[in-house]
Amino acid sequence: MSKPTLDQLEELVAQALSRIEACANGDELTACEAEVHGKRSAFTQLQRSLGELEPEARREAGSTLQSARRRVLDAYARREGVLAEGERQAQYEADRLDLGDVVAAHVRLPLRAGHPGIIATTQATLEDVFVGMGFTIADGPQIETDWYNFEALNIPPAHPARGMWDTFYVELGEPETVLLRTHTSPTQIHLMEEAVANDTLPIHAVMPGRCFRRDTPDARHLAAFHQIEGLVVDEGITFADLAGVIEKFTKEYFGPEITSRLRPAYFPFTEPSAEFEITCTLCRGAGCRTCSQTGWIELGGCGMVDPAVFAAVGIDTSRYSGFAFGFGIDRCAQMRHGIADMRAIADNDVRFLEQFS
Amino acid sequence: MKIPLSWLRDFVDLPDDVTLLHEILDDLGLVVEGVENVGAGLEDVVVARVEEIHAIEGADRIRRVIVEAGAGPIEIVCGAMNFEVGNHVPLAPVGAVLPGNFEIALRKMRGVTSNGMLCSGKELGLGDDHNGLMLLDGFEGVHPGLPLLELLRVSADVVFDISPEGNRPDAWSVMGVARDLAARFSTTIHDPAQRVSESGGTARASASITAPELCGQLLVAEIRGVVVSDSPSHVVRRLEMAGMRAINNVVDASNYVMLERGQPTHPYDVAHVAGQHIGVRQAQPGEILVTLDGVERELGRPGRGLGDTGVDCVIVDSKDCVIGLAGIMGGASSEIRADTCEVLLEVAYFDPMTIARSSKRLGLRSEASHRFERGVDFNNAHAAMNRFVEVLSWSSPDIEWVRTQHSEGILPELPVVAVSTLEISALLGTDISADEAARLLRFLNCEVTVAGETLSVRVPSSRLDIRSGEAGRADLIEEIARLYSYRRLGRRTPTWTQAGAWSARQNLRRSLRSTSVGMGWLEAWTPSLGSDEDFELTNPLGTKIRITNPLAAEESVFRSSMVIGLARAWSRNQERGNGDVVLFEIGSVAVHPNDAPVKRLARGGNAGVQEVLLPSEHEVMTVVLGRVDDDAVSAVASWRVIAGRLALADTDLVQSTGPAGWHPTRYALIVDASTRAVIGRVGEIDPALMVNVAPKARVGQRLGLLELDIDVVGDSQQVLRRSLTTPVPSKFPAVLFDLALVTPLSVSASTLARSLRAASDVVESVELFDVFSGGNLPPDARSLAFAIRLSARDRTLDEAEVMTARAVLLQAAAGLHAELRGAPLL
Ligand SMILES: [Zn+2]
Repeated sequence: MSKPTLDQLEELVAQALSRIEACANGDELTACEAEVHGKRSAFTQLQRSLGELEPEARREAGSTLQSARRRVLDAYARREGVLAEGERQAQYEADRLDLGDVVAAHVRLPLRAGHPGIIATTQATLEDVFVGMGFTIADGPQIETDWYNFEALNIPPAHPARGMWDTFYVELGEPETVLLRTHTSPTQIHLMEEAVANDTLPIHAVMPGRCFRRDTPDARHLAAFHQIEGLVVDEGITFADLAGVIEKFTKEYFGPEITSRLRPAYFPFTEPSAEFEITCTLCRGAGCRTCSQTGWIELGGCGMVDPAVFAAVGIDTSRYSGFAFGFGIDRCAQMRHGIADMRAIADNDVRFLEQFS
Repeated sequence: MKIPLSWLRDFVDLPDDVTLLHEILDDLGLVVEGVENVGAGLEDVVVARVEEIHAIEGADRIRRVIVEAGAGPIEIVCGAMNFEVGNHVPLAPVGAVLPGNFEIALRKMRGVTSNGMLCSGKELGLGDDHNGLMLLDGFEGVHPGLPLLELLRVSADVVFDISPEGNRPDAWSVMGVARDLAARFSTTIHDPAQRVSESGGTARASASITAPELCGQLLVAEIRGVVVSDSPSHVVRRLEMAGMRAINNVVDASNYVMLERGQPTHPYDVAHVAGQHIGVRQAQPGEILVTLDGVERELGRPGRGLGDTGVDCVIVDSKDCVIGLAGIMGGASSEIRADTCEVLLEVAYFDPMTIARSSKRLGLRSEASHRFERGVDFNNAHAAMNRFVEVLSWSSPDIEWVRTQHSEGILPELPVVAVSTLEISALLGTDISADEAARLLRFLNCEVTVAGETLSVRVPSSRLDIRSGEAGRADLIEEIARLYSYRRLGRRTPTWTQAGAWSARQNLRRSLRSTSVGMGWLEAWTPSLGSDEDFELTNPLGTKIRITNPLAAEESVFRSSMVIGLARAWSRNQERGNGDVVLFEIGSVAVHPNDAPVKRLARGGNAGVQEVLLPSEHEVMTVVLGRVDDDAVSAVASWRVIAGRLALADTDLVQSTGPAGWHPTRYALIVDASTRAVIGRVGEIDPALMVNVAPKARVGQRLGLLELDIDVVGDSQQVLRRSLTTPVPSKFPAVLFDLALVTPLSVSASTLARSLRAASDVVESVELFDVFSGGNLPPDARSLAFAIRLSARDRTLDEAEVMTARAVLLQAAAGLHAELRGAPLL
């Protein structure tokens, strides 16, 4: 082959392009790479010959050569894409399977024990205890408005009490209007609104579910966690009933030797409010490091439904009163299984998952 | 807040039993986060005078020191370098036990015996200074052998770290905590403050409020003859025990009063307040202030927060220049300096919500804002001012409190709330007499009048959290219960007629979970928030539900599918050599309102008056089948197990092109055979995704996928259940034969099976057992081989009946263009 010259450039490009287009698969394309634009190509030879030109002419010829080569490179990449896509499609076609024709009897799978998740089983046990105590179970959405998560619970916008919950907000509507629920309490509002609308009071329900706090995860907290909330709205309900329900739950779930006690606390949606503590399940009340030698550990919050909450949902307080309580499902699981670091739950290590039944 | 016991004792007589006090504080809702014994372990520490200092051969970090501690020379090895012969330093002799349970023993270093330890402030728990020994030369009456505690004129103290509940404005002060304790011990409060009088000299200062709704009252004291210096040691010590740093006697006096009485005050250097005027007004939009922390802040503009009005309250001088952000932080220009000799002290009541909004928007919280946003006791202002002058006079005795200027804004009304013993019992379930309730409330400075069984209570200015009307009644009953002690309240287990029950959804989840576990699967837990990239893998065209304030970019989008999260969880296990598993999860995914066919609306926004468009949430169960032989086929077989367990009437698999993330040619929609409602999806993960999602998986590993819409499965209108009426299986022998039917690709196996099942009432079951294509079959058909089982409830089928049934079956098959292949095996 004679040495190519610059005036043959267009012709060379056309030759390279048709060569590229002619490749029927990736292997053919790879095989011609060196010849169409690589080190054995006419472009490389022309490049070498540029040295013989005057600087001015060299610059001009260089840029012409460069753009010609770019066109070939682009065509190569395009063809590469087309062929790869074609090969993928061919692969997909070869893989094609009519799932309607699956013969179940042909599937032979190994025998192995399955395991429910630790949160699910803990939640199920808690639900069972509460169902046994006469509660029904309700669910609620995880993405809420500020009304359900805060304002109807007597926490108006900009109120410092909102700072008690580090909140993830969603980019929707007005700022800070749509959010990931920080507790299961908004489900209380939904339940009460529905009961008022359908005239189905009283309510005796527990509401489990996933909640979110904008907290950096550590050994004790994940940014997503699970809570169970209880609500009783009925005639003649008092703080004594609340204390009684907490105590009965404590004994049913943790065992007869564990007891509960209440101490004053503040939650905007209950008045009076209380924090409830139970006998430390590790030392059985004798005092240890986990309970800071007190013999007690905090489990959750509770209280009598605040009149402002009843007002927000339109419940007649001359007839009804009620209480609410809530605590962490994850925390119960952590206590029951002695899990040192909660982050293990989100890791889903099979060796961990296989521990629960 | 940290409160020394000695400070509480200035106000109320208390027993010595710290454990008892701890318990009582907890029971009052003043939760004790920690108890610190300050000064304990210093009983044996004495003053020593340095007599000689010698180098130790071969050691440049320690020296041999001879000290005199009143009983002859003592040899000590010491690592500190900040002292010389003649200095007085603390000596912990052998046997002393320092704070932190650190026992001093005889030690030998480089052949030199150390008969004790010379101590730094930090080692003694008396400060943070760890740079060298604590030097005692400046203390009055210092001499070798004097016990350190005597020299410092301190006694051991106990500091309670109390975390008051968010609603309690009063509990952020020593006095407020003392008031609660006085109630529990049924004793009286005694105020240690001494009355100081104003001199009544000619006033030069003035005060004004031009935003009466932002500032309820403003008192400005003019104090002359101030000498700025360090505070007396007992003031410094109390501030430090309370966790604050001593700065100078003026600032310290202000902090001392705030800690003691809950009233923040702000001292200004008169020389830098134009016109000696303190005014309060609303900030103009865009006004700038450089706060004490050196940050330039733009004021008066609404922030992004819901309900933020953009109202800031500022302090101005006579030229209307902003010199402070009211109730939050002063400006840098007028702070107290070493040469300050006249002070203006501002004592104010600011509107709590204004302070709360400003401090949130500006991200600026201070000890003062903390208290103002809970509502300070406005009737306490003059006493706080008096106490400031008194505390300052301890170190600057020649000060003159010239006069106090007073300006009025709008103060909150103190509600009068009626509460009856009946209402107390109805809420608490415990009877408390009217006299007892009144007695308890009076400890909180409530004005109470009792008429029969009803109390009429005027809420004190120290408890602005107590509301009016019905809510106020609940607040008061909580106060009664709190002071009475929650532990003394009754307990009762209530009963009601409604039976406890799981919801239908609960039961469905339990069925799904138990079936999955029964098949040997493991339940996983994956995060609801993921990255943009992961979202796009399964939903490239979807609108993202984006978090405004994520903690990390990888957790900034609410998931629309659990496939990627679960596949990654599988991959992590596979990398650890445990990939031979199936993972499943039952959880929520959400769809952005832009993409949701049905709009979810809920009330929200300020006062809940807006209709807010929300993402629609769906509960799904997702399964990733990752065992060696898993693929779409095992996913389909698994689905059939689940469908059987849920007793679904009949479902079809509709072959379709897999969506993003799914294998395009191994995919089917699961639909209810009658309603055609889509129940879920079955298939495989797109092999092209494996590089990204499971980079270490072996080549050719397929991940079977199954996804069920639990909302649909749970809806018995959309997904039909088998009839509850259950036929008893026939006791008569069944007839079995196979039919291999050449069936067009367009007819699904399930359609054909359904048609065969319905063809005759003697058909007991129809089961696909083989599929064959190729060979001499036409390219647009395959052979489906079914095992047919015939029986009748009341008789054994005779040959004629079987032949008839078989013909009917073939006829039904022909209706779907399926024809018999080869000879039947009868
Ligand atoms: Zn313990």
